[in-house]
Amino acid sequence: MPNTQSAPLNYVPGEHPDLKPPIGQTGLLLWVRKNLFSSPFNIALTLATIYFLYVVIPPMVNWLFIDSVFNAGSRDECRELGKGACWGFIGKRLGQFTYGFYPIEERWRVNLTFVLFALALLPLLWEKMPRRRMLLWFSLAFPFIAMWLLLGGFGLESVDTDRFGGFMLTMVIGVTGIVFSLPLGILLALGRQSGLHFIRWMCTGFIEFFRGVPLITLLFVASTMLNYFLPPGTTFDLLLRVLIMVTLFSAAYIAEVVRGGLQAIPKGQHEAADAMGLKYWTSMRLIVLPQALKISIPGIVNTFIGLFKDTTLVVIIGLLDPLGIGRASLSDSKWQGLSTEVYVFIALFFFICCFSMSRYSIYLEDKLHTGHRNE
Amino acid sequence: MAQTLEDLGPPSVGPPKSSFSIGKIWTDKRSRGIVIQVIAMAIFCAIVAYLAANVVKNFEELGKPFGFDFLKQESNYDINQTLISYNSQSSHARAAVVGILNTLLIAVCGIILATILGFILGVLRLSPNWLVNKLAYCYIEFMRNVPVLVHILLVHGILVHSLPHPKNAMNINDTLFLSNRGFYTPQPLFQPLFWLVVAAFVIGIIFAFWYRRTARIKQEATGEQSPVFWVMLASIIGLPILAFFLTGMPIDWQFPEQGRFNLKGGMAIKPEFMALWVALSLYTAAFIAEIVRAGIEAVSHGQTEAALALGLPRKRTMNLVVIPQAMRVIIPPLTSQYLNITKNSSLAIAIGYMDIVATIGGISLNQTGREMECMIIVLGLYLTFSLTISTFMNWYNKRIALVER
Repeated sequence: MPNTQSAPLNYVPGEHPDLKPPIGQTGLLLWVRKNLFSSPFNIALTLATIYFLYVVIPPMVNWLFIDSVFNAGSRDECRELGKGACWGFIGKRLGQFTYGFYPIEERWRVNLTFVLFALALLPLLWEKMPRRRMLLWFSLAFPFIAMWLLLGGFGLESVDTDRFGGFMLTMVIGVTGIVFSLPLGILLALGRQSGLHFIRWMCTGFIEFFRGVPLITLLFVASTMLNYFLPPGTTFDLLLRVLIMVTLFSAAYIAEVVRGGLQAIPKGQHEAADAMGLKYWTSMRLIVLPQALKISIPGIVNTFIGLFKDTTLVVIIGLLDPLGIGRASLSDSKWQGLSTEVYVFIALFFFICCFSMSRYSIYLEDKLHTGHRNE
Repeated sequence: MAQTLEDLGPPSVGPPKSSFSIGKIWTDKRSRGIVIQVIAMAIFCAIVAYLAANVVKNFEELGKPFGFDFLKQESNYDINQTLISYNSQSSHARAAVVGILNTLLIAVCGIILATILGFILGVLRLSPNWLVNKLAYCYIEFMRNVPVLVHILLVHGILVHSLPHPKNAMNINDTLFLSNRGFYTPQPLFQPLFWLVVAAFVIGIIFAFWYRRTARIKQEATGEQSPVFWVMLASIIGLPILAFFLTGMPIDWQFPEQGRFNLKGGMAIKPEFMALWVALSLYTAAFIAEIVRAGIEAVSHGQTEAALALGLPRKRTMNLVVIPQAMRVIIPPLTSQYLNITKNSSLAIAIGYMDIVATIGGISLNQTGREMECMIIVLGLYLTFSLTISTFMNWYNKRIALVER
């Protein structure tokens, strides 16, 4: 590019002047221009968004943090101290939100279960953990240890399940549902793909039924109608009934996800397994399922997230999950009218759990993606 | 061929002798299949028989008859939002119908709003504008990772607790009133001549589609393009408006009035309905947005480039190349979201919107004590909804699916 104004451009080789790139072609300015102001339409969109954020964010931050009250004894006290959220209420009830009505002197058992749960989860999630194999056995045993710790018996004072509540109840239902629905779902998917007509017909009917009705009606069935199907006089625990229904419900969804994975496996894989002389279960275990499950991981985790979120529905049949505790606390005349605070708090808990699950699933998907990438 | 082979082969290698032994039933694949199925069927029948026997025994013990005649009894409860006339003297069957209609109402309204919001969000998520893109991302992640029941209760709580009492309702131009008892709008009262407007609307739709067809045939034959969009707009919207003014505006409006304790007259949208509608739509819109994004991203960029290389303008590239292909990917998961809205509408019971679960599966069940019959009705209805929607969507999906040679 000839420059007519300045001195003649006779650069000596190796002694070029270090000129800065033109302004606006690198760094922040370029990024802003390319991503926010690339066209008149984009400029308008950006300005509209900034205005929207300006209208929404400051009042929200004010309400959540700046004007909020973290320590108060009642709603009126809160209102005197500040106009924002009354987190003092949540703070006072935090014990109930976590443990429900679990006896206070036995709460250490719930805490221990949470700690053990974290320990059991670690080898499952972290593949390069030292001594992973040994710890996996512990993970397998964890549900039974947790059951003993929470319910009691064998040396511990026994606690009725109707005292379970809060986040602890959410975890109990969520973890039990996840642990049992995965194997059941895989079996159902295999059944639906099976060549045996009666088995296929039965599994299809089961899956379609459970996917066709809302979970809440199934919970109603569990709470009102299940007794009719048992010998007269038998009663069994409401929580157990709920657990069974939740497990069956999410097993049906997992079955459909796994079926998608099974259908994506080329027929050649089945034929190769047959040619090697593998029996049905061996070929499934060694050849087909590892591939099918790998494809269906995102779907399976999504079903788990759905199951975890659906645990809130138990409040409708009277179990005291966080929503139940929240509603019970709201009926206290000292704290009436603070529903927004309660629901925002519960939403935050679920958001943290479910968002980390979905992040982990994306990480896993990336790690297991051993094939060629398109991009 | 078989003959010659048999002739050539050594005599000892023949077809296996079909001798029968018990062990063979299990080693032969086909007979083993039959055995497994017979065993499964026997177990299944035994379980069903056991459960049925228990049910019969339980009914005898409780002295309850089984039957649906209770549906004719008086219901003795009120429903705060009804699409058909209903009062506490009506029968349980009528309460069930009111419930079904309320479920359908929330499902249809939710599907419409969620689809519109979802498509807008999905497109925003693909926007090259960083700010808009990230904002849509945050919204979607927040919505998807919080239970829908929490959303419903949160919206309901906000509506009930932060909106003003009817006495000082938010008053917009004396026509719209917003209070914690609901959203009041003027109610249209149709006069006899109004049917002409409706007729004009129907004629407009028929004409528009006829015009579109002839325009397409003409374009395929001669290459000439007609202003299809504007003609369709004029005939569908313009014609009814013209008819409306020509017949002398045959609608009277009944405006809501602010009484001392409550608002009177007009059409009221209850806070329960609003909370459920808004929460379900916002929640499902986040899922639909992800589906739309995935669908549009699934159309390879080569398709767009090819269309542009052929000289199609951007808009026609979108309409003729990208969207039809994206729709193929979008429709199946979209269907299951529509089913999800219908099923999630059953959470209405948590805030007291009287849908099918709250009427026949809730109050009627508790009043009559007929758990079995009520739950059979509710489960049967939901299965019917689900199977109907999925059958229709499968049909539609097949119609637009890629036809391969």
